[in-house]
Amino acid sequence: MPRGIVASAGYVPYRRLQRTAIRDVMAAGGGKGTRSVAGFDEDTTTMAVEACRQLELTNGPDALWFSTAEPAYLDKTNANAIHTALRLDESVTAFDFGGAIRSGIGALKSVLDGNGTTLVVASDMRTGLPGSADESNGGDAAAAMVVGDGDVVATYLGGASATKEFLERWRTPGSKRSKTWEDRFGEAMYAPLAEHAWNAALKAADVTDVDVLCVAGMHQRSVSRVAKRLGVAKTIDLGGTVGDTGTAHAMLLLAAALEEATPDETIALVSLADGADVLVFKSVRRAAPKRTVRQHIDAAQDVTYARFLSWRGMITPEPPNRPEPARVSAPAAERATEHKFAFDGMADTCGTIATFTVDRLAYSPSPPIVFAIVDFPDGTRAPLELTDVDPEALHVGDEVEMTFRKLSTADGIHNYFWKAKPVR
Amino acid sequence: MSGIKDKVAIIAASCTPFGEHWDRGTDDLLEQAVAELQTDAKPDAYWLGTAQSGMSGITLGRVIGTDDKPITRVENYCASGSEALRNAAYAVASGAYDVAMAIGVEKVKDSGYQGLNAFPIPNDGTQRTLTAAAMFSLVIPAYAHKYGVSDDDMRDALAHIASKNHSNGAKNPRAQFRREMSTDQIKQSPKVAGSLGVLDCAGVADGAAAAIVVRAEDATKYTNKPLYIKALSFVAGSGRGLVDPSYDYTHFPEVEASVKDAYAQAGITDPRTAFAMAEVHDCFTPTELVLMEDLGFSARGTAYKEVLSGAFDLHGDLPINPDGGLKSFGHPVGATGLRMLFECWLQLRGEAPSERQIDNSRGLAMTQNLGGYPGEMVSFVSIVGTST
Repeated sequence: MPRGIVASAGYVPYRRLQRTAIRDVMAAGGGKGTRSVAGFDEDTTTMAVEACRQLELTNGPDALWFSTAEPAYLDKTNANAIHTALRLDESVTAFDFGGAIRSGIGALKSVLDGNGTTLVVASDMRTGLPGSADESNGGDAAAAMVVGDGDVVATYLGGASATKEFLERWRTPGSKRSKTWEDRFGEAMYAPLAEHAWNAALKAADVTDVDVLCVAGMHQRSVSRVAKRLGVAKTIDLGGTVGDTGTAHAMLLLAAALEEATPDETIALVSLADGADVLVFKSVRRAAPKRTVRQHIDAAQDVTYARFLSWRGMITPEPPNRPEPARVSAPAAERATEHKFAFDGMADTCGTIATFTVDRLAYSPSPPIVFAIVDFPDGTRAPLELTDVDPEALHVGDEVEMTFRKLSTADGIHNYFWKAKPVR
Repeated sequence: MSGIKDKVAIIAASCTPFGEHWDRGTDDLLEQAVAELQTDAKPDAYWLGTAQSGMSGITLGRVIGTDDKPITRVENYCASGSEALRNAAYAVASGAYDVAMAIGVEKVKDSGYQGLNAFPIPNDGTQRTLTAAAMFSLVIPAYAHKYGVSDDDMRDALAHIASKNHSNGAKNPRAQFRREMSTDQIKQSPKVAGSLGVLDCAGVADGAAAAIVVRAEDATKYTNKPLYIKALSFVAGSGRGLVDPSYDYTHFPEVEASVKDAYAQAGITDPRTAFAMAEVHDCFTPTELVLMEDLGFSARGTAYKEVLSGAFDLHGDLPINPDGGLKSFGHPVGATGLRMLFECWLQLRGEAPSERQIDNSRGLAMTQNLGGYPGEMVSFVSIVGTST
């Protein structure tokens, strides 16, 4: 039985930052195109849930592996919230692969080289100081893949890695920004590593020609150089719209490639992060998640640079003069797990707005709160906060879908729950 | 059920000025409300209504210095003061006590925040976090849509309610806001939630109010002008409105239930002509609008027209909130229900300041005091009269 990608999907959040908006304010940085921006109520965990929700998880996985360089929690396993939001069985293990950007491609490669059926999900939020290249070139996204045997959309032909210790990009825990060494040093390090891994991977996969190339890596100069040197006619590049999404990027590019693939294409995925990893696939049929990466990219709304900075904690606007939320009670949350994390199995059901209001006084990490009474087809009703919404364009009777979000954070506890957003 | 009609009388009532009393604490407010009762009656028992300004009866005990009396602190959202009255009245009616005090207090302005704030009970974090203003703002589009009322008519009616209550409050030396406000000023006020402007919202104030109740047959021992309790009703809903798609935000079922009960107790069949006045819970302008229909004063879908006609103005055919209501008298949560009763006390006894004294020949008045939000509400109704 062939082993490979059984299903794949990406999630790109709704908001975009026009890179020119950075230069307008900072008189530096910026560039062309847009980068994706996670909402104030999103983190790497909630985006991972949204990516997984794009998959048809008919045959439940044996394990859930979650990779991110921007974990919502340390010590506590973030994959558990994803596991519960997806209503996976208790017997399905959930593990975090945290810290390094390479943990995304690392989890995918390990699963492909292993056995069983595993849901691999990678998520990241990239940021940098105002005016920096990281701020402008970074992006926020998640990607999810079910890896297993049998009915695959792409067969894994083989892969290879090259690893070497060098100091090119680093960040200490808790820091808002990454630092990098002089650009040319990284280029000198990555070029030979990429070449070694590429040659070894083609040999392992027993192929000589590649039809589609995906190159991921935070070191832009090396990514460009490698993509050019390898001379593959078709490359997948999301830099102009989404930006570089770090831990998620290799899988996001692969998901995009698999959604555009025709049968029997050879697809190579190259990741440059503290070494080089190359994975080679043969497409069987086009991947068909509920919503494609392209659809996510096309359904977007700009966010102002000021709001982007406030969402990233780079500036602190005056909040409403109201008490901040109390921390969630752990036992109360545990008793309400099915409701709080899985919305009682109703998360994939659309509702309609019975009535709504805009609360300009209530506390919110990004006021005002838009709130609606939502009726569901089964005759139930729920009072829900709306998100990714323009209240001016909202009407009674509008259809909304559910999305997993972070309501607030108090005492270091993230309050996860579901919000509703307009169906787009 | 035989109800409470004519079993209990109010023989004293008091109310402090409501406002931002930066210089006075809960103790000071309670002390003043007790002192201003000006009665020789010696309570055997006390009920203290406060939402979150104190725990236990000791909150009052340390003020009045009693060491051997029962004092019960009660809480039922914004109807906590009315709840104190209800408990005191039933205690006297039972014969267990001869004299009981109901007192309500709230020291809201020590919180440091605008508006009212719920005391956080540890929870799972999934409950709505909206302000009361936002919850009540949901009534406006729902009402306008159901009855085909234009945005302009709706705004005019709501602004009329606020302007009327400001006008009444301007004639009330105890009121928090004593300035007349034109409907244009109200309509132009900054938006707080939905289409609700800041001048559609009740004042948030510190204050206290109190009353003494005795058995009806003892009333004239203490005063020659007692008020007799004709009905007391209280309903705490199930909160189902928040999750019940049949609830349409144009009426308050808990209010309707408590009103029906109260009218039955008092034998009221035509509420529009029965009362000299009514104090109702105008926490936000749409609340007062809907209450005119829930209380049976206006047919469904017509209250906005009657509001605009002036029917509920100070000298209309049924004055509503002649003291200025929550809107301009202010809303110290635990005191509000007893503040409403205090206005009935003044008006029915002909003791209101002359500039706002109404025709009291009908001899009956009502208070309607609610807590919570549309869909998730508690409602209290009392009816008091000058004769048995």
